[in-house]
Amino acid sequence: MTSSVGRESEAGQAFGPSGKNRAGANLQPVERLVTGTAAAGLLFYSLRGGLGRQLGLGLPGLALAYMAVQGRNPLATALKIDQKDGAVQIRQAVTVDRPADELYALWRNLERLPEWMSHLKQVEVLHSGTSRWTAEGPVGPVQWNATLTADEPGQRIAWASVPGSGLENSGEVLFRAAPGNRGTELVVRLEYRPPAGTTGAVFARIRGQEPAQQLREDLTRFKRIQELGFVPTTEGQSSGRASSDVQSASRGGQ
Amino acid sequence: MKALVWQATNRLGVERVPDPELLLPSDAIVRVTSTAICGSDLHLLDGYIPTMERGDILGHEFMGEVVEVGRDVRRLRVGDRVVVPFNLACGICDPCSRGLYSACDNSNPNHQMAEALYGAVSSSGLFGYSHLYGGYAGGQAQYVRVPFADRGGFKIESDLRDEQVLFLTDIFPTGYQAAENCGIVPGRDVVAVFGAGPVGQFAVRSAQMLGAAHVIVIDRVPERLRMAAACGAQTINYEDEDVLLALLESTGGRGPDHVIDAVGLEAHGHGPGAFEDTVKQKMRLTFDRITALRWAIMSCAKGGTVSMPGVYGGLVDKLPLGAAFAKGLTFKMGQTHTHRYVEPLLGKIEAGQIDPSFVITHRASLDDAPELYKTFRDKKDGCIKVVLDPWGTTRSAAKS
Repeated sequence: MTSSVGRESEAGQAFGPSGKNRAGANLQPVERLVTGTAAAGLLFYSLRGGLGRQLGLGLPGLALAYMAVQGRNPLATALKIDQKDGAVQIRQAVTVDRPADELYALWRNLERLPEWMSHLKQVEVLHSGTSRWTAEGPVGPVQWNATLTADEPGQRIAWASVPGSGLENSGEVLFRAAPGNRGTELVVRLEYRPPAGTTGAVFARIRGQEPAQQLREDLTRFKRIQELGFVPTTEGQSSGRASSDVQSASRGGQ
Repeated sequence: MKALVWQATNRLGVERVPDPELLLPSDAIVRVTSTAICGSDLHLLDGYIPTMERGDILGHEFMGEVVEVGRDVRRLRVGDRVVVPFNLACGICDPCSRGLYSACDNSNPNHQMAEALYGAVSSSGLFGYSHLYGGYAGGQAQYVRVPFADRGGFKIESDLRDEQVLFLTDIFPTGYQAAENCGIVPGRDVVAVFGAGPVGQFAVRSAQMLGAAHVIVIDRVPERLRMAAACGAQTINYEDEDVLLALLESTGGRGPDHVIDAVGLEAHGHGPGAFEDTVKQKMRLTFDRITALRWAIMSCAKGGTVSMPGVYGGLVDKLPLGAAFAKGLTFKMGQTHTHRYVEPLLGKIEAGQIDPSFVITHRASLDDAPELYKTFRDKKDGCIKVVLDPWGTTRSAAKS
């Protein structure tokens, strides 16, 4: 998996949805086996009973059988979970009106990443080249160790989890000058293998985790902090919600 | 404080709400002395703009006195009299630095919503105009929080009355940008303006200031046509005449060189297209009724400009794109880059070239706002523009 993210040739590749992954198979072999077995079980039991049972068990059984044969979870496709070889891919880009070197220096200080990457709780640099990452997962914190796989000052940082150290994942950040003196185009690509395969990714989405949108929110917040020094907000402003009789802090208006 | 609050589609109310507070060091608090109802506020009343929530404070045309500033505010002081553009701009990002203030990258906290609906990167936040545009509390209230105060607060230092400068917040710059977008060749070009509402009125006068040889206004409301005729525009009432024929006749068969659509998504008009739009919009099958835009495209001369200050929200059916292509038309549209125009247009007011208060027909207190929204929408009582005093105590709707 690390190979697909770490490859230099992909660094300048066009940025867009990869249709072929979405249309193709997304279930892991183990998931297909489990799905197929469940389908066979449901179909078997649906044969022994009345019409209600035949329909109640038979129809889901047929649906699972179809998924197993196709090797595809239609929910993952419908939820636009972008996958390649069973790994979930997330990509976002933002243009920030700051020089590439300055932004590179911020991201290269891995321990600061949780300041703007909201899914990260902590990054601890252990010793040269290795770090311990803690992230928020759909059922609780997830941890892994990672090493830098590329470090090109002012251009690119890439990392990958150490095999067997927890969540299998990798990521890279590209920094390139935007045309016309508009600052730096920052591209972030993350890739991870959900613990329970496609089913796990669908589960996480249903639990309300929308990693691509979260990353977009994070990058926008990063841009705004860099450009403005603060993040615009309406949090705490006055409104007519649940406050019809609140008169605190009145400026003396009638 | 008192504020006009959106309660539901077709239901607004004046409620007591907490006074606004500084939320960021770059904010200011303004005590509102005058605020107006905009034609685009009617889309909120009618429920055509998504993401409104019960309790939202409306209003994006307002002015007043600075009563509090955050520690990072440099250009404004307590006591300054300011007009505040309806859109919010950071003044720092790439679009702002090119003068494209309504395309500000940084002022919409709810950028994800707008991006999901419109693609790419969200445009600027707006005061009192749905959560899609940032959910900022508006200025039809006694006080308002003004974020990006150094950019948004324009000082008025002359002794012009509120009602002479209030419309610098939206409708005067909006009409002016619409005319400027036409690229009028002075002394030569004929400009037609669909819609003689407040923006249309300012578009007519702006086209004249920019040197249009002749300006034609199309509407169906007699008092609005009379207001446009008062400054020398030719008028066409589309209920009495075939609009396209009348425009051809008025322009020697060429059509107007540029057409301004100052109507937007709730066009009335008639004919099978208009009827189909209305039915589909009621059934939520289409967002926008586009009769005015269809007429604009069909009437415009070859090589002309269709300039669209009128607001559109979503998808449209049966847009005569073939006609636009065949005639090689240019389309210009979008929210006004208000910040760009406040000072130059204030200069024109100070020089006596225009007195924007001509457009006001109703003056009232904020308490009367819910009723006047409906009067304005239904074009009753000769209503063209309403100005509200948030501190007025009596129910004193005065028609001028």
